[in-house]
Amino acid sequence: MEAAVKEYTYKDFSSDQEVRWCPGCDDYVILRSMQKALPEMGVKKEDVVFISGIGCSSRFPYYMDTYGMHSIHGRAPAIASGVKLANPDLSVWVITGDGDSMAIGGNHFIHVLRRNLDLNIVLFNNEIYGLTKGQFSPTSLVGQKTKSSPYGNTQPPFSAGELALGAQARFFARVAGNTPKEITQVFIDAEKFKGTSLIEVLQNCPIFNDGCFTKYTDKAVREDRQLHVEHGKPMIFGKERDKGLVLNGLKLEVVTIGENGITQEDLLVHNAKEQDPTLHQMLVRSEYPMVTGIIRSFDDVTLEEREDALTVQVKSDSQFSKTDDLFFSGDIYEVD
Amino acid sequence: MITAKAEPQEVLEAVIIRFVGDSGDGMQLTGTQFSDTSAMFGNDVATFPNYPAEIRAPQGSLYGVSGFQVHIGSVEISTPGDNVDLLVAMNPAGLKTNLRALKPGHTVIVDTDSFSKKNLEKAQYESNPLEDGSLENYRVIEVAMTSLTKETLKAVEGLDNKSITRSKNMFALGMVYWMYDRSTDYTIEFFNKKFKNKPQIIEANTKVLNAGYYFAETLELIPNAYTIAPAKMESGTYRIIMGNTATAWGFLAAAEKSGLELFLGSYPITPASDILHELVKHKHFGVKTLQAEDEIAGITSAIGASFAGDLALTTTSGPGLALKGEALGLAMMIELPLVVVDVQRGGPSTGLPTKTEQSDLLQAMYGRNGESPIIVIAASTPSNCFDFAYEAAKLTLEHMTPVLLLTDGYIANGSAPWKIRSVDDMPEIKNNKVSEAHENWHPYDRDENSLARNWAIPGSPGLEHRVGGLEKDRVSGNVSYVPENHEYMTKIRAEKVKRVQNYIPDIETEFAQEGDLLVVGWGGTYGSLYSAVKQMSDEGHSNIGIAHFNYINPLPKNTEEVLKKFKKIIVCELNSGQFVQILKTNFNGFEFLQLNKVQGLPFANNELIQKFKSLVK
Ligand SMILES: Cc1ncc(C[n+]2csc(CCOP(=O)(O)OP(=O)(O)O)c2C)c(N)n1
Ligand code: SF4
Ligand SMILES: [Mg+2]
Repeated sequence: MEAAVKEYTYKDFSSDQEVRWCPGCDDYVILRSMQKALPEMGVKKEDVVFISGIGCSSRFPYYMDTYGMHSIHGRAPAIASGVKLANPDLSVWVITGDGDSMAIGGNHFIHVLRRNLDLNIVLFNNEIYGLTKGQFSPTSLVGQKTKSSPYGNTQPPFSAGELALGAQARFFARVAGNTPKEITQVFIDAEKFKGTSLIEVLQNCPIFNDGCFTKYTDKAVREDRQLHVEHGKPMIFGKERDKGLVLNGLKLEVVTIGENGITQEDLLVHNAKEQDPTLHQMLVRSEYPMVTGIIRSFDDVTLEEREDALTVQVKSDSQFSKTDDLFFSGDIYEVD
Repeated sequence: MITAKAEPQEVLEAVIIRFVGDSGDGMQLTGTQFSDTSAMFGNDVATFPNYPAEIRAPQGSLYGVSGFQVHIGSVEISTPGDNVDLLVAMNPAGLKTNLRALKPGHTVIVDTDSFSKKNLEKAQYESNPLEDGSLENYRVIEVAMTSLTKETLKAVEGLDNKSITRSKNMFALGMVYWMYDRSTDYTIEFFNKKFKNKPQIIEANTKVLNAGYYFAETLELIPNAYTIAPAKMESGTYRIIMGNTATAWGFLAAAEKSGLELFLGSYPITPASDILHELVKHKHFGVKTLQAEDEIAGITSAIGASFAGDLALTTTSGPGLALKGEALGLAMMIELPLVVVDVQRGGPSTGLPTKTEQSDLLQAMYGRNGESPIIVIAASTPSNCFDFAYEAAKLTLEHMTPVLLLTDGYIANGSAPWKIRSVDDMPEIKNNKVSEAHENWHPYDRDENSLARNWAIPGSPGLEHRVGGLEKDRVSGNVSYVPENHEYMTKIRAEKVKRVQNYIPDIETEFAQEGDLLVVGWGGTYGSLYSAVKQMSDEGHSNIGIAHFNYINPLPKNTEEVLKKFKKIIVCELNSGQFVQILKTNFNGFEFLQLNKVQGLPFANNELIQKFKSLVK
């Protein structure tokens, strides 16, 4: 029997290090949401590992009183994969930024998603390089003026979700950086999910890219601009709860309940568990409404399950139990 | 059954044979069979394969030639040898590309059936070398091997044409077995095992092998039959092992001895991939492998595994090591155990992937940003790749700093007898794991002798801590920008590596212990340097010694003492002079002579002897 997990509060997960992000940065919200989510997950503190790359966001592990590694730029997914393969019992979290994951670490990012180890990735997307003081990132918009694009960015952006789904992500969620309750809940759901979970947090950087998500996330507009999807629930949004999504041909279309004979029954019902990612892709791409919540959560075999099964098989077929058995097998000969 | 020869035999001390042919001709198998049979007979052996770089080179082309060299002897054999005593050429391209390795006056056996107009053209021969007198300095044995093979197999049912012509290599092998008085038993047993479910193939190969043997016996074209007596070798149980396999097995042994699980993160690259290929087979020992998306993920996944408590390893060759540089610096900074194996090949850039060189030494020493010293060691023979892989694991676990193990294409692909080491006889491996929290515990607490920090593994309650690439406070391990602390930590990390000197053996000189000339080498050149110095010593030069280094950073404590005992020192390396740089920085007041070669080839015996003789009377 597993020893019962003791009761924790968020304080148990706060380290003694002074948090050094800029005042007003959404990173604080994400940190606190994590510290609140962990006690709800039923994991032991000593089994939790945070691995980050480099960036403002990647300072995160220093503030968590768990095992952690602040590593090198872009490589956290690969380090975390090694941690998880070495000890599958650990709860392993990758902390990364938009530059860390999709520029320098793009290769590791897509491959970790493809492999589907049971770990969680929190992507702090602020559409900018924060730590290096404001250059455009792979998610910055065309035309965006930054330190390294004074006349406007000319490089079209990645959508994190689209890239992830293209890389076979089994779990993708998106949350706004100003919604701590939603963030906390998504972290809990991600930990529960068996496989690689990617959580994109739309994170405001008040210093170098202030307001980049306000048109979706501002309190005044968010109910009208955001659709928060839930598995099994109709895709409905709006302050009046009167807007919804339907499929028109190969496109999503926003409709109004009560207009043109549309009722709630006509709306799409969210199926996060569907293997075919087509509809998930559309939700990820949609700008009006911008979709948050768990967009995809498809249960699949994990890499460690595959590896485990293989090891059991190879072990039972093998005549070697110690290295001596191997060394002294086959074509050996005596010299006397 | 084949019985012993009746004719008088000439007794040889050693012989070098090279089998060459098209990539499809089975030369690797032929050569391996000959060397295994000789080893079982009791000879010392060393082998070296030579594959074409192209996977499916056009048949008969010059660049599609595949070769396998075998050096066997009743005396100590330390290299696969340079020029050969017998060349077996299965086609014109093989003859053309390898003839210059055949000693003048020595024998070449050719399959005349393959000397067709088409094949001659493919080999860019303007006229047939068998007819134009260009081989008059050699003894040429012409045998229609393909037709003789076909004739032999006429009666065997159920064989297609391809299987028939494919077995002609066994005809050649049979002939060579007879010439050197070897039994065919081992090879026949090999067929029986390998083709267990294909009785026709066993029958065909056995028939052709015997046919070649009897053909040679009755053929007057082979006037001499030779024999090579068993070598005097230390008693024990042996096997023939390839350097890369020995490396892989060294890590298996270290994992078992240390009680840790082995993790390998790697990305395929010639000539290192065989270590990955070997280790993936051994899941039954709990080996975990990740074929990663690139070299960076190879090393970083290993760093993750090490953080989580495994014995972690990454394997690569030069270009891959360049990619691993930043991560290796991280491992050094966070002071975790990690072994990096660099099987060196010809560089720079993509360089000469299938050739050997020692040109990554300075990259291994210094190829990282900031001051980031790590332990660097090098294996020097195919079989001691086992010992140095084991040693790399032991050092990294005991000293909590990465170890870079250098081997090279020459010893990695070469094979030699290995006196099998039981794990029971290997030295203990300790590690620095802490499992329990105690009052005042800090992640950067160090062992006062080795300066190794302790290793707290996720899953251990109360030891939660953070590590990272930012400079660490000397005690708490928290991020610290304090100037004095940075300097202190820089020195501690260097001192920790330096103190490894207290745990490694002294360098030993072989042959003269003092005198006129000290030959200095490191890594994979040992066999070549040793045999040259031995030859000179046998010829009466009692004033020449050899000091061959396996420990490079740090150098053995007594290095300077040894250097002082000789009037002249020559540092021999397969690069433009890298180890000599290290010696120069460490030891003042010496004149270091150099012998360097950067051709993607090992040292040849004659070039070494010539040079050494010019330096001693
Ligand atoms: C190898 C390497 N290249 C460049 C850098 C400099 N660098 C540090 S963080 C960063 C970008 C971080 O942006 P992002 O991942 O979006 O994180 P944020 O700071 O926005 O949270 C860069 C370019 C580095 N540390 N290492
Ligand atoms: S620079 Fe931006 S992202 Fe970085 S800490 Fe400051 S506000 Fe946050
Ligand atoms: Mg960013």
